[in-house]
Amino acid sequence: MYDFNTLYEPTTVEEALKLKKQHPEALILAGGSDILIKLREGKLAGSDLISIYRLDDLRGVSLEKDGTIVIRPLTSFSGITIHPVVKQYIPVLGEAVDQIGGPQIRNIGTIGGNICNGVTSADSATTLKAYDAILELSSEDGVRLLPYNDFNLGPGRVDMGPEEILTAIRIPKESYERTYGHYIKYAKRKAMDIATLGCSVNVRLSEDKKRIERLRIAFGVAAPTPIRAVSAEQEANGQPIGEDLLERIAEKTLADVMPRSSWRASKEFRLHLVKELARRAATAAIEKAGGKIHG
Amino acid sequence: MANKLITCTVNGKRREYFIDVRSSLSDMLRGNEGLTSIKHGCDVGECGACTVLIDGLPFNSCIYLAIWAEGKDILTLEGLSDVKGAVSDIQQAFIDEGAVQCGFCTPGFIMSSIPIITQEKPSSREEIRKLVAGNLCRCTGYEKIIDAIQKTQAKRIRERKTSNGE
Amino acid sequence: MEIIGAPLKRVDARDKVVGTAKYTEDLLHARALRAKVVHSTIANGLVTSFDLSEAWKVPGVIDIVTCFDVPDIQFPTAGHPWSTDKKHQDIADRKLLNTRVRCYGDDIAAVIAETQLAANEAARRIKVTYEEYEPILSVEDAMKPDARSIHDERPDNVVVHSSYEIGSFDEAIKESNLTKVEGTYETPIVSHCHIETANSFAYMEAGKIVVVSSTQIPHIVRRVCSQALGVGFGDIRIIKPYIGGGFGNKQDALTEPLNAYLTTRVGGRPVQLSYTREETFACTRTRHAMKFHIVSYIRKDGSFAARSIEAYSNQGAYASHAHALVANAVNGFRMMYPVGAIKGDAYTVYTNLPTAGAMRAYGIPQIAFALESHVDDIVAKTKLDPLVFRKQNMMKLGYVDPITTITCHSTGLEECIDRGDAYLDYSAKRVAYEKQTGPTRKGVGMAIFCYKTGVYPISLETSACRMLLNQDGSAQLQVGATEIGQGADTVFTMMAAEAAGFTADKIHIISQQDTDVTPYDTGAYASRQTYVSGLAVKKTAEAFKKKILDYAATMVHKEAWDLDIEENQIVHKNQHEPLISVAEVALESCYSLTNSLHIAAEETHHCSDNTYSFGVCFVEIEVDIPMCQVKILDIVNVHDSGKIINRQTAEGQVHGGMSMGLGYGLTEYHLFDPKTGRMLNDNLLDYKLMTAIDTPDLHAEFVETHDPTGPFGNKSLGEPPVIPVAPALRNAMLNATGVAIDSIPLHPEKLFYAFGEAGLIK
Repeated sequence: MYDFNTLYEPTTVEEALKLKKQHPEALILAGGSDILIKLREGKLAGSDLISIYRLDDLRGVSLEKDGTIVIRPLTSFSGITIHPVVKQYIPVLGEAVDQIGGPQIRNIGTIGGNICNGVTSADSATTLKAYDAILELSSEDGVRLLPYNDFNLGPGRVDMGPEEILTAIRIPKESYERTYGHYIKYAKRKAMDIATLGCSVNVRLSEDKKRIERLRIAFGVAAPTPIRAVSAEQEANGQPIGEDLLERIAEKTLADVMPRSSWRASKEFRLHLVKELARRAATAAIEKAGGKIHG
Repeated sequence: MANKLITCTVNGKRREYFIDVRSSLSDMLRGNEGLTSIKHGCDVGECGACTVLIDGLPFNSCIYLAIWAEGKDILTLEGLSDVKGAVSDIQQAFIDEGAVQCGFCTPGFIMSSIPIITQEKPSSREEIRKLVAGNLCRCTGYEKIIDAIQKTQAKRIRERKTSNGE
Repeated sequence: MEIIGAPLKRVDARDKVVGTAKYTEDLLHARALRAKVVHSTIANGLVTSFDLSEAWKVPGVIDIVTCFDVPDIQFPTAGHPWSTDKKHQDIADRKLLNTRVRCYGDDIAAVIAETQLAANEAARRIKVTYEEYEPILSVEDAMKPDARSIHDERPDNVVVHSSYEIGSFDEAIKESNLTKVEGTYETPIVSHCHIETANSFAYMEAGKIVVVSSTQIPHIVRRVCSQALGVGFGDIRIIKPYIGGGFGNKQDALTEPLNAYLTTRVGGRPVQLSYTREETFACTRTRHAMKFHIVSYIRKDGSFAARSIEAYSNQGAYASHAHALVANAVNGFRMMYPVGAIKGDAYTVYTNLPTAGAMRAYGIPQIAFALESHVDDIVAKTKLDPLVFRKQNMMKLGYVDPITTITCHSTGLEECIDRGDAYLDYSAKRVAYEKQTGPTRKGVGMAIFCYKTGVYPISLETSACRMLLNQDGSAQLQVGATEIGQGADTVFTMMAAEAAGFTADKIHIISQQDTDVTPYDTGAYASRQTYVSGLAVKKTAEAFKKKILDYAATMVHKEAWDLDIEENQIVHKNQHEPLISVAEVALESCYSLTNSLHIAAEETHHCSDNTYSFGVCFVEIEVDIPMCQVKILDIVNVHDSGKIINRQTAEGQVHGGMSMGLGYGLTEYHLFDPKTGRMLNDNLLDYKLMTAIDTPDLHAEFVETHDPTGPFGNKSLGEPPVIPVAPALRNAMLNATGVAIDSIPLHPEKLFYAFGEAGLIK
């Protein structure tokens, strides 16, 4: 039995938006793997909840005519991984969410829930940031498009109004075409764990596969929010591929991150991992794209 | 405190439960249907001891709201034996392979095994391990559990081949 | 022997795979009241007052009990048989609820309500005023001369200090040409993580307080409850159904005494007291963290001339099993290599951490880590061969321990070592891996152990059993010894069948213990049951058989002496042909109009012997140095536990212990807030149990010896598998990287700093 107060169950998205406007303090309940666990811990006792879990209109992945990938927020992690659109155009996202929890968690957890709670460790966040995803935030008064890179305001805080619900995550074609990505989740065990550090890299190479046309790199748990390592990206763009480039990329990431020491991991250890993961994820992405690091 | 009538299918039977909306699915199945195979190991979706299948997929019933079960097809361990009490092949494999010790994690593991044993192609031990990584066991070291799942999957693949005349 | 050693499937497996096996919560009445314990939010201090006014306002609250309300009785919680000698009694240092707060999470009040949500809400609303003291979290701080006393009875915070000396250490080290090696080794606080949390419910019936509990030790819990409440043993009834693991945590009275008290507060209505996973982590028991300083002097010929150990054991807030753990550890230090002069000094020290108690292998995983790591340090310094050195100095057949008098009646340790070496190709790989470069390196490591079987002569070993004949020739088997997942029910069924001449399917073991009807046994711990309780089963089955034969003799007109039972048939001893069936005897004996007899047998086995089991772990790992990660390539445990009664259940025990050992060596440890003493990782996300994908394929092998003191030649097996794994991993790390890490677990951040210090990471 959960210790919440009132549960609202809208049957349509419109009804959900109306309820959110009427009850701005009520929490949106998607898959529950965040809120229900907090309730068990004694936090959020007495909260009002708006359960959107059964709104199938907010579920699914599709491709628009212009090639934009549209991911509906209630799509489960397992739903993302097996979806043919994800597998074909942005497989690294499916690989990333496939490392969350275990099968049961991947069936209940939703990608929308994963990014809306604003935690730095969210496994989908880094890849979505690294692909310049655009969020569609809806309220009864209208729709707002926001670049995902501007969404996280601080630890656990996101740019979402009290009347807003996330209704889509959009990835434009330009962002994913001819682009190959790799995500590394560094954790203390291989399942049922939260990242100690996460790193998502994607690259687009030149025609002859010898140069980086565009490299994007994002980190989770290297700062209070998931971040893009822009100094490292600037270092890489346009550069010929080689061992020394990887070294420079890794070195430059240190300028973009600000991990803290906690009982879970020290700052020194995290900084070491930032460099190591940057190097390994970039190597893997480049190799997936057909580039060769060594000659 | 609000109550609601939930209609769903449980172990093949259409059921109606009148429940407090704050109930978890494990509260409803244990409390209203007496399905005590669903165990409380952590109540926060960390150990898998409460795993049930919903529309064929494994979920932790402790962090699944009962109201979400509306219209769903739920399968628990009690639904695996046939009407006369004959156990299914995966249950028999757990017995035969020695995959049961204290038994507390067993229902959750067996339910998590079901989507694995029905796969078309054989899984490696590594792949099986990943698919039961949401179920914790402290007694067995997982070894004989993996044996039981792998053997049952292989048996089903063989049986499908035979019935296909291969 | 036909049944012993045969592959009988577990007798409880079917009920567990169909979901009809009932655990404590499954037996609870739906309308039972629910309790919630209020735990302190300071680690050291005094409760001065409560404000219960807001809590009482929660609808559904029935009663609130505080530390000021409970009986003023201090009682011991440890799962030991009671000693009638005051000097050996367990330390009674806590009450049902404590006013003097000694750890973060101490039990200070409890709410009883109609629903769990109401009880939880009321508990949250209770306001507590404390007089707060500085938490004392380390042994060093607790032993400072000006440290505050945690218990008045032991003002210097030393629970017990013991020492021993074999020969003269100071004389022995005067020998010339000795190499000295010394080191300090540390083990962490870890948890049992049985998947079923600590939980019970209690009610009153027929004038007794009944507690249904997930416990390993029902008879002992009955005694503890009677002591805690100040009532007679017979006023308490403990019922133990199937339990979801224990591993030593449930070898202590946990929720039962308070639960028993709470039901008396509400007129005997059923009250459930079920700990959450977080409470199970922080408010039950843990494994003692121990620190060992070891000094060894080795002769050129590879024999030990002298060894010494100084051991410190962090007890936490309350005594529980107290000094028995580290005493076992320093005894183990002596027994593993009983050569030369040996001296040991051991301290158990109170601190304001959660209480440490019994956990699988009881102090031996700690000493095995320290000593087997130390042995590889000796090997590194002296360049002696690690296997030859161990074989030379380890315990041999016939050894009689000078202090405990426990004799080595059987040993297959040498063969265990050889088998492990052969399986892993250890000796060759060890040399091959010594000079690696590069970021990824492989290593092999190994460790040995020895382990006693039961607790004789340190404390009482006793077990009783009862068998009853049914009119159809089947029998009930009742033992006070408990099935906790290890397979005890199955093994006892096999033993009873073997000794009585029945087939296993004719023996029905009653799995549930009920102290009103079940014969006395101390319970599941010390890997004692197959050895001690097993002999009670064997004696009872033999007595049972004799009674059946006595009656059968009147029916077939022969001497009972000439008869035997084979496969449920009365046979002539020498001719083996069936005369009549046990079933016919059973029917006649019950309903005879001239000679009706209820055929039953009950025996006690008072055990006054002990023996050692042995084993090894060999492991090969691959270390990714920059990523600070360890991958297990191959691992094997080889055990000498005498005759293996049931191979499948035995293998299962070895696998489980190996996985627990892997966690101990690589991923599991508890962290505490240094300012408040609060356990930081009190949940299954932050406490890193290995999942199925973290665990490698596990290999178990047995060297079967025959121990003359075991009922069927068997020795301890339940606990030992956890013992050698962590030191084998540490030694493999040393082989792979050249880095000797003297504490466990070998978790990534620890490796990061160790590799950095060694220059392997920049």
